[in-house]
Amino acid sequence: MRPSTWCRLILSSVLSLALAAAAPARAQAPATAPPFKIGVVTFLSGAAAGPFGVPARNAAEVVAEALNGGKVPAPYAQKGLGGRPIELVFVDEAGGPVVQVTEFRNLVQKQNVDAVIGYISSGDCLAIAPVAEELKKLTLFFDCGTPRIFEDGSYRYVFRTAPHATLDSVAAALYVTEVKPKLKKIAGINQNYAWGQDSWNDFEAAMKALRPDVKVTTSQMPKLFAGQYGAEISALMSGSPEVIHSSFWDGDLDAFVLQASPRGLFKKSTALFSAGETAMFKLAGQIPDGTIIGARGPNGVFAPDSELNRWFRAAYNDRYTLWPVYPSYRMAQALLGLKSAYEKVQAGGAAPDQERIVTALEGLTYESPAGTVKMAIGKGHQAVQEAAYGTAKHVGGKLTIVNVKRYPADKVLPPEGVKSADWIKSSLKPVK
Amino acid sequence: MATILAVLIDGIIYASWLFVIAAGLTMIYGVMRILNMAHGSLYALGAYAAASLAGTWLARGYPPLGSYAMLVLAAILVGLVVGPAIERGLLRFTYGRDEVVLVLVTYALFLILEDLVKLVWGVESYFVSEPYGLLGNVDIGPLSYPVYSGALVLVAAAAGLGLHLAIRRTRYGKLLTAVIHDREVSAALGIDVNRVFLVTFTLGTMLAAVGGALTAPTVSVVPGMGVEVIVLAFAVVVIGGLGSVGGAALGAIIVGLVRSASVHFLPEVELFSIYLVMALVLAFRPRGLFVAAEARKI
Repeated sequence: MRPSTWCRLILSSVLSLALAAAAPARAQAPATAPPFKIGVVTFLSGAAAGPFGVPARNAAEVVAEALNGGKVPAPYAQKGLGGRPIELVFVDEAGGPVVQVTEFRNLVQKQNVDAVIGYISSGDCLAIAPVAEELKKLTLFFDCGTPRIFEDGSYRYVFRTAPHATLDSVAAALYVTEVKPKLKKIAGINQNYAWGQDSWNDFEAAMKALRPDVKVTTSQMPKLFAGQYGAEISALMSGSPEVIHSSFWDGDLDAFVLQASPRGLFKKSTALFSAGETAMFKLAGQIPDGTIIGARGPNGVFAPDSELNRWFRAAYNDRYTLWPVYPSYRMAQALLGLKSAYEKVQAGGAAPDQERIVTALEGLTYESPAGTVKMAIGKGHQAVQEAAYGTAKHVGGKLTIVNVKRYPADKVLPPEGVKSADWIKSSLKPVK
Repeated sequence: MATILAVLIDGIIYASWLFVIAAGLTMIYGVMRILNMAHGSLYALGAYAAASLAGTWLARGYPPLGSYAMLVLAAILVGLVVGPAIERGLLRFTYGRDEVVLVLVTYALFLILEDLVKLVWGVESYFVSEPYGLLGNVDIGPLSYPVYSGALVLVAAAAGLGLHLAIRRTRYGKLLTAVIHDREVSAALGIDVNRVFLVTFTLGTMLAAVGGALTAPTVSVVPGMGVEVIVLAFAVVVIGGLGSVGGAALGAIIVGLVRSASVHFLPEVELFSIYLVMALVLAFRPRGLFVAAEARKI
């Protein structure tokens, strides 16, 4: 062999070693069963990466690895998906719906994934659903909020394993009504895009149904990532509302709290942050006692105590020295839903085909770290879960949640075949 | 009445914040004919540097009042280090080219700086909120404003007045004016145009960084924070007339007051109001309020 051939040999083996080392969290598996390949799509860059995308990716890694190692408590003790190892392929959700549709086709047609779990942005979910249907690929939305997906459409291959956003706003209204029986004035500050507008519209409609005499002093809709809220805070203060509803998240939530707190807004009014849980630890010093906090379902600090939940928190904390937040819970919930459906139809060790998994997932009831999940609405494709809200209280310098109230799924989400907006108007009755 | 007062105060505070950022942008354009797309990144760099410096200062337990000095020091450092590095290392190779090419060059710079910020500081958010509340509050009617916001107004006024006097009353300002009017003739008359460019760009960078540093205590410093700012700064600068510091001041006050009025009276149109004003101004004065139409040079 000539020296250059040697060089090439060495170089190529070094390269292949490096590539193998850099491969995504691929779990070890018995050589016999072919892996079940899952495309996982969350924000890995941009503003939504820190609070949502990365905690979700972390959860996917922790859960997939533990499943492959057979370390998850019952009923998920079987390794992988019915013995088949799970392989994850991560894709960044940044770039908008057009980019995401291309990425989705790439996952399905080039990478040949067996299923896709993903999507935090409602815009991405709305764009992906028809494409998933066209390509006939099992797709689980784990986080996006808009009720429109299964209220305006009907899909066979598309599922959402977390409740939609109506739960967050209706449960918020129920909680406020309960803890502030003499409430007269409310106000809102929400971001001017789908999530903020839907959140406020549902909350306002629910409040008006529950307490028809309540007045809205102002509804502020600053631009997403506006960052400066001086005038909005003045407008909120001058109306002296008792409760301020906000579905702000991440940087905007931080900035709003940092600017409103020194101006004494939270001394005059109680703030309600429907997605506040992702920020409650880093803002612990600024969030005053009495602030109402939600986690978009019974996630994070609201998760009911169970062996599965204790395992999940410990496993996540061991690896990342952080506690899992609601996007982490929702990611775990999607993976475990897929596993439940897979193992339900697996007969005698043979791998079930996609059609049977889809049929099994329709209407399925299963356990997640956040309690029981029922694929009850959207023709069995949309999950329902109980809701929870609580109030912030500092105990010994640490922020804790007290006065937690839980609402069963049928009190915060519409039944099968009813649209959220109609349901809020028709079924919520004034309280005395 | 109380609402009108609130509109005025909120508007002026917002305008001051906008002006500090927009002044640097318009000055760089006026002198160098560069529409600096990376201006927002320089603002973000100021905020990151301020969060790091003031954060370290406070974490070490030094007197909290010193954190204000740290904010200013951070902005000066960013201006002195990053400004000359960009001007000498990149921009000077592009002088004399079409303005559109320079937009592309500075856009590339913006992308590079955004990634650089992530390389240095990562993607998590930074907080340095103490200076915002440290000076206490002033109660005006039912509202309460931090003294810090008043200080921001003073800084903006000082920056505006300082720039005005420097351009009108100093020798350097005269040289600057000459370069603005005709780069080649100025060079022929013996003015060191390269030096003027270097100083202008450094000063512009410093103003952007001051804007970022003074904003840092009111927000969480996160990747991408410069993107939002650049759009607003452009609106301000375009309303006032590109290249005019006085125009930027007027543009900032108009945008601040219009935005604040819509937040108080008609929140639904807040987003739209700023751009409506911009469209109206441009419909009647296409070159902005402070720039007179000029004959095209051959």
